[in-house]
Amino acid sequence: MGLLDRHAGLVALYGEVRATGADPFQIRMERVLSPTEAIINGKKTLLVGTNNYFGLTFDPSCMEAAIEAIRAEGTGTTGSRIANGSYSEHVSLEEEIAAFYGKKHCMVFTTGYQANLGIISNLVAAEDFLLIDADSHASIYDACKQTQAEVVRFKHNDPSSLDARLRRLGDKPGNRLVVLEGIYSMLGDSAPLKEFIEVCKKYKAYVLVDEAHSLGALGEHGRGLCEEAGVLDDCHFIVGTFSKTLGAIGGYCVSNDPDFDVLRVTTRSYMFTASLPPSIVASVRQALRVVIAHPELRTHLWANVHTLYEGLKAQGFVLGPEHGPVVGVHLPDKMLAIGFWRAMLDAGVYVNVAIPPATPNGVSLLRCSVSAAHTKEQLQLMIEVMTGIGRQMGVIPATPPMETQARVAGSKH
Amino acid sequence: MLREATNSIVENDDISDTLVTIDRGAVTRAEVMGEICHHLAPFQIGEKPINGATVITKDLAIDSLAVMDMVMEIEDRFDVSIPMNVVAEIYTVDELADTVLKLRAKR
Repeated sequence: MGLLDRHAGLVALYGEVRATGADPFQIRMERVLSPTEAIINGKKTLLVGTNNYFGLTFDPSCMEAAIEAIRAEGTGTTGSRIANGSYSEHVSLEEEIAAFYGKKHCMVFTTGYQANLGIISNLVAAEDFLLIDADSHASIYDACKQTQAEVVRFKHNDPSSLDARLRRLGDKPGNRLVVLEGIYSMLGDSAPLKEFIEVCKKYKAYVLVDEAHSLGALGEHGRGLCEEAGVLDDCHFIVGTFSKTLGAIGGYCVSNDPDFDVLRVTTRSYMFTASLPPSIVASVRQALRVVIAHPELRTHLWANVHTLYEGLKAQGFVLGPEHGPVVGVHLPDKMLAIGFWRAMLDAGVYVNVAIPPATPNGVSLLRCSVSAAHTKEQLQLMIEVMTGIGRQMGVIPATPPMETQARVAGSKH
Repeated sequence: MLREATNSIVENDDISDTLVTIDRGAVTRAEVMGEICHHLAPFQIGEKPINGATVITKDLAIDSLAVMDMVMEIEDRFDVSIPMNVVAEIYTVDELADTVLKLRAKR
C-alpha cells in the first residue's frame, strides 16, 4: 500500500474539482500589481480574496521600512531567538504590540498558525479543560491535538452551549480555557463576546481570543473584537497575525499574566523555528504605526464592506449572517461553487472558493474579502460580474427580489 | 441577528425541558440508541440499516466534522460532554451509546 493511499477520497474529490478545468488551490499569480490587482492567466484580475484588509502590502512607508531593514541587518535571522538571540527590533515589536493592547507582555511568532498552535497547547495540560468553538480555525484544532487536556467543542457562537459544557464539568479540578475568534474566517461572523465573557466569569474560565481577521477592522482603535465589545481586560490572552491587516507574516500573543515569559522556553513552535527576518519586523512595526495613525482606513474598509454586502444581498445572494470584512456567499453545492469561481476568474475577478471538508456545516462558499484599498468602481464591477454569473447559473433570480426593490423604492422618499 | 438570538433561546428552552424529563428517570440504552440513529439517519447510504454495529465514518456518508456536530446534539440531549479525544476513538454506534451511558453514570 502506498503511503498516500489513505488520501484516496480526497484525491478523487480533488480530481473532480480539477476536471472542471481549473485548480482553485494552486492558483498562480503571474504578477501582483497592487493590493487589489494581479495578472492571472495573462489577464489583469481584480483581487477580492486576499485578506489584505487595509491594503498595506504596498504601503510606501512599510515597503521603505522593510527595504531599509534588509540593507541594515540582512535578509534573515537564520535561527530561533532561543538559540541565536533576538534582534533588538524583535523586542521593540513585542513592546509596541503589548502597548497597543495595553497589556504587559507580548510574544511574537513566525506565523499566526504557530502562535495559536504553541500558545493554546501550552496553556493547558492533563487534568485541564480546553473549550473551543465548533467553527474554530485549523490552527486551534491542531493545538488541541498537542495537549493532554480534555477538549470539548461547543456550538458556534452559542454562549448557552458553552455554559452547558462548563456546567457539566462541575467541580472537577483543573483549569478551563475557552478559545474564541474575533471574526470567523469562513462566514465572516463575530463572536457574541460580551455574552461569552459573562459565561466564562461565571465558571472562572480563562479566555483566549484570536483576532486574526479583526485586528484593525474592529474596535475604536482597531484592536479587534475585544476592544469593540469593551472586554479587553477580561480577555486573558489575545492572539493575532501580521499576515492580514498588517500586510506581512507572523503572529503574536499578548497577556497580563505575570508568568507569561515562561512560554518562551516551553513553546516549541516558538523555540524550534527561525525568528522573523528584519524586513518583516520592520514593515510590521511601520504597519502598526499606520493602523494607529490612520483610523480612516477602518472607516473606508467598513464603507466598502457595506457596498459589497448590500450590493450582493440586493441581488438575492445568500450571505454570511452579518457585515464584516469577510463576505461569504453561500452556494448550493461544491461543484457549482467551483464552476462559479472559475467563471468569476475568467471574467477577471479573483475570490476564494471554500468547500467541505474545509467549511462548517458542509456549506460551499465563495469567500470574498474586502479591502480599504478597493475603489467603489472595483466593488461595483465585482457585484456586476457576480450577479451576471449568478443569474446565468440560476443561483439568484433574473431580477432583484421584490423585498429589496420595495426597500430601495422606499428609501427614495 | 435579533431573530436568530430569539430562536436560540427558544431552542435552549426546549433542550432544558427535555433534560428535566430525562433527569427524572434513568436513561435506557434503547433511548440512547434511538436518538443516535435518529441523528444519523440523514447520512444513511441506500437501504443499509443503521444499527449498533454500524461503523459511523465508514458505513455512512458522513465526514468527521459532521460526526462531531452530531455528537454535540447527542451531548445536549443526554446532558453529557464527550471530549474530542474520546470521540476520535469511537467507531461504531454501539461504542457511542456505551460512551453516553458511561458518562451519564459518572455524573
